[in-house]
Amino acid sequence: MAEPFEMRIELGKVREFARATGSRHPEHTNAEGAVSPATFLMSSAFWQTAASSAWPRDRDMRRVLHAEQEFSFPKGPPGVGAVLTGQSRIADTVTKAGRRGGELVFTTLVTEYRDESGELVAEVRQTLVETSKATGADK
Amino acid sequence: MTGWDELTVGASAEPRTDKPLTVTDFVRYQGASGDMNPIHHDPAFAKKAGYDTVFAVGMLGAGRLSTLVTDWLGPRNLRRFGVRFKEQAWPGDELTYTAVVTSRREEDGERLVDLELTCTRQTGGTHLQGWATVAVPGAHA
Repeated sequence: MAEPFEMRIELGKVREFARATGSRHPEHTNAEGAVSPATFLMSSAFWQTAASSAWPRDRDMRRVLHAEQEFSFPKGPPGVGAVLTGQSRIADTVTKAGRRGGELVFTTLVTEYRDESGELVAEVRQTLVETSKATGADK
Repeated sequence: MTGWDELTVGASAEPRTDKPLTVTDFVRYQGASGDMNPIHHDPAFAKKAGYDTVFAVGMLGAGRLSTLVTDWLGPRNLRRFGVRFKEQAWPGDELTYTAVVTSRREEDGERLVDLELTCTRQTGGTHLQGWATVAVPGAHA
């Protein structure tokens, strides 16, 4: 389990993210009571530190592809103004044979986000796959 | 807003086809998300990694696919959204997004619909497969 990190849901960032993902829905842009877009927690990159990342730092990112991504919200996406505490862990690692030889290593990272009362607000599951060579090399 | 009675199995969102993808779209998304991987905006870096040129950030299409769902059924009602990344998408691609109801259920006092989602390229190839669960308010179980 990596170190916890704080993430604040900010209106300007929510508006920027909504626009970048093609939404002008007023529930993302209202000055009062806006909620974050479905995939907004990707921007936790701005709040994470090396210590809060569960991903091993020695990996060659040219060999890594994003395989799957999932967001769960027990009561809907977090609202603007929320102060969340996130914590990441590696949930699963599976090695499979690649179709063109070599190995594929699938790693699933889970990040839980809790509000100030400790209630689970969001769970994010990210699956990354490492190939045995640079990802574009077999084209 | 579309209600419980209309959200029968097979009901679908109006499909959406975006303008051709541009590197500007990638850069805008990368700035918003903080994922500055140069493979999506630096052609020299992409070539070094073995690609002909830069390719789309998968999470850009994923975000737009989730927008189809939340513009249709309301951002607050989303309970789950996921994607599996298939073929890469490239600058100039025209991506089409679809969402269809595959099941209806009740859980913890909420009425929920499960959706199957797709994002396809103009070639017919699948860029993303997705799934979502959305609560339908005003219809208490």
